[in-house]
Amino acid sequence: MPSLKVNGRVYDVPGSADAPLLFALRNDLKLNGPKFGCGLSQCGACLVLVDGQPVRSCVTSAGAVEGQEITTLEGLGTLENPSRLQKAFMTEEAAMQCGYCINGVILRAKALLDQNPKPSEGEVRLALDGNLCRCGAQNRMVRAVLRASREP
Amino acid sequence: MNVQPTRRGIIKGAGALVIGFDIFNPAMAQAPAADLPGDLKIAPKVSSWLRIEAGGKVRLLVGKVEIGQGILTAVAQLCADELDIDMSRLVITSGDTRLVPDEGVTAGSFSMPNCGSAVRAVSADARQILLGLAAARLGSNAAALKTADGKITAPDGKSVTYWELVAGSELEVPATGKAPLKPAAARRYAGKSVPRIDIPAKVTGAPVWIQDLRPEGMLHGRVLRPPAYEAKLVSLDAGDVEKTAGVIKVVRDGSFVGVIAEREETAIDAVDALRRAAKWDVPAKSETQDTVHDWMLAQKSQDVVIKNTPSAAPAGASVEAVYKRPYHMHASIGPSTAVAVLDGDTMRIQSHSQSIFETSAAIAEMLGMEKSKVHGQHVQGSGCYGHNGADDAAADAALLARAVPGRPVRIQWSRNDEHKWEPYGSAMVMKLKAAVDAKGDITDWTYDLWSTSHGTRPSGKAGNLLAAHYLEKPFALPTPVNAGPPNFAADRNAIAIYEFPGQKVTTHFITGFAARASSTRGLGAYANVFAIESFMDELAHRAKADPLEYRLRYLKDERGRAVLQKAADMLGWKDWKRTPGRGRGIGFARYKGLAAYNAVAMEVEVDRSTGRIRVLRAVSANDTGEVVSPDGVKNQIEGGIVQSLSWTLKEGVRFDAAGVRSADWISYPILTFSEVPPIEVELLDKPGLAFLGTGEASQGPTGAALANAVFDAAGVRLREAPFTPAKVKAALQS
Ligand code: FES
Ligand code: FES
Repeated sequence: MPSLKVNGRVYDVPGSADAPLLFALRNDLKLNGPKFGCGLSQCGACLVLVDGQPVRSCVTSAGAVEGQEITTLEGLGTLENPSRLQKAFMTEEAAMQCGYCINGVILRAKALLDQNPKPSEGEVRLALDGNLCRCGAQNRMVRAVLRASREP
Repeated sequence: MNVQPTRRGIIKGAGALVIGFDIFNPAMAQAPAADLPGDLKIAPKVSSWLRIEAGGKVRLLVGKVEIGQGILTAVAQLCADELDIDMSRLVITSGDTRLVPDEGVTAGSFSMPNCGSAVRAVSADARQILLGLAAARLGSNAAALKTADGKITAPDGKSVTYWELVAGSELEVPATGKAPLKPAAARRYAGKSVPRIDIPAKVTGAPVWIQDLRPEGMLHGRVLRPPAYEAKLVSLDAGDVEKTAGVIKVVRDGSFVGVIAEREETAIDAVDALRRAAKWDVPAKSETQDTVHDWMLAQKSQDVVIKNTPSAAPAGASVEAVYKRPYHMHASIGPSTAVAVLDGDTMRIQSHSQSIFETSAAIAEMLGMEKSKVHGQHVQGSGCYGHNGADDAAADAALLARAVPGRPVRIQWSRNDEHKWEPYGSAMVMKLKAAVDAKGDITDWTYDLWSTSHGTRPSGKAGNLLAAHYLEKPFALPTPVNAGPPNFAADRNAIAIYEFPGQKVTTHFITGFAARASSTRGLGAYANVFAIESFMDELAHRAKADPLEYRLRYLKDERGRAVLQKAADMLGWKDWKRTPGRGRGIGFARYKGLAAYNAVAMEVEVDRSTGRIRVLRAVSANDTGEVVSPDGVKNQIEGGIVQSLSWTLKEGVRFDAAGVRSADWISYPILTFSEVPPIEVELLDKPGLAFLGTGEASQGPTGAALANAVFDAAGVRLREAPFTPAKVKAALQS
């Protein structure tokens, strides 16, 4: 029974230590941010931050990240008090179509901005290149990340 | 979006008024349903669409559903304007078979014309009814009353709110569809981009997706899909799996095998173990992605001439070309998911289906239940772009839920299942022939297309559900039909919009399948427009004419001409300077011949050493009639361009005797962030003109513009997508 530190709180999750972290987060902790997309480390939908680094939770076992700081989309902000990145995705220029990929995109962008607060457009694109979006909203997401980077 | 209204939620008006029907006469002069706008025809009562609810809320009930296209925001804009309320007062219920009008399938760019028009009209009707009620209550003339955010004020300053006026059945009256609409200047929302209502929840992780449903006691199911479409289960020893801790049940019905477990990871491991234990009879099949086009041409087809205008012009030289399209996947990022529970005698199914009514009916037939006993509710899923695995996952969930009455069962397909089992967009062959005179002008045009079905949606028939084919008592796939009027399905956009002296178009429809296929964004339009617009480009070059000017010779439709010219201007067509390795191309169509006009122009660079195509930028002009949400329309056009570039540059389902080989994102790659070019979209807004529907308009023009730009850049004509580097290199060397 692994013990996970998620968004600042510690939880004992009932699954086995070998089970994917994604299932512990979604099914046991009932978090909606990380998404199941492929389970194969190919799409980025399941991204979470582990000690600030982007990690694909579908191929990471729950046991492997015990004791580390796990941050999910929920950990960035709330409906009432969204983070600046989340806010940048909520403008009248929609930064998505369906938004299924958006968890991975926002968390990947968060890791980028933490490291490089004023990235160029090319740097944003490159950072997001491992995140798949089928709706074709890539340019809108890039603009949202750049918008967030300009906010104080 | 599926918020269950409760009886308690419906307000009791203060001092209930019994309203005589004579208060608002227009509502009583019931127009024949056929005259009503859009889907009001199918649900002609005001209360079928609108309810005034407790807490200052208004509930809007619609049959069309959110699939990431922003439709619920657009209809909310229309409703809030005509009803004169703040958008924040709206609560929307969509796609619930027990609560909302059956508006059929959310597809085909029909939602704005059919649902948008209905919502606008019914909201205007409701406002008139409320004004009538207020006039009686306030002792004033209805014409003198003013409404603002649900409050009606008389000239003497007395006022009453919608929530005070409606006690129960006041909206249970026929819609007229004729109530006066707000003048454009008085609208707060329609015509402006407002933040989409579904986005805040999506960026903060609030529950909004079908995957976020976790009803009490929910179990996890997975289905063991056969090794190939026609495989039959010979034997399965499930003993060990059944004994595994956490496995609740192995469900077997003929060749359908599923497992139900307490935990998701247990279900996945169990299905893997079952895969190893199962023995299948797999009939040999020989078609592959490389032979499918010849296979189609060799089939006995249903041939229908959908246009035949004989040419009076003298015959000229004959020019011919053949174009091909492979099978394309919808390839949603989130695999198909559903939750079902057998609750007493009712099967409740939550699904991201685009056709919740018809899918529920098909599932009822599969289960041998009465239609009314299957309650379907739409909950948002990952963007689908047509008939993907959503409905099949719903059927899977229902079959498993039947085995554990009272326990909700969730199905979530694996990535492999999603890639291999969804119904694809059909491969197609398009043969074009033109007669041209000495100046290179077209004197006659002949178009023949071959395709398998673009429409095997559930449509109320169990045989269209994947799982139903494998049951002990199987349901056979109904023989597909090429549905709709000419220019609608496989032949969507096959009739060129250009006015040639003669035009003959023949659809060769094949009822068999080389791979499972159904509706994928644009149906036949992508391939037909790709072929027509590429061939126009070929003919223009042959005539040594500018491809834009050449098109304008035959395009008489003024709105079409404006869109084509606009896209060209956006690219800087006239003053474009040629540089080595670079080229520009343009493509145009009016979607379905009756929806949005769209033109795409782009600039590409072709690397002759690697064969790699880089799209440098793309521009698009679009006329979709009156625009309700400019950003929503732009988003659709832009997304369509990216998806069509992905199809045309990279995609094609690979399959052979051993089954589908495109099983994940490595074997079926799509366009990534760094490959998406800058895109500009401009709208030619037509206030007051009908909503035309736009969600699929840019697929075809994009494919053609790309092929034409590649020809311009490298001198090679690519007639078969995808334009992979290997194919480009081979073309350059030949
Ligand atoms: S779900 Fe983890 S990378 Fe796709
Ligand atoms: S917005 Fe739909 S997958 Fe990215």
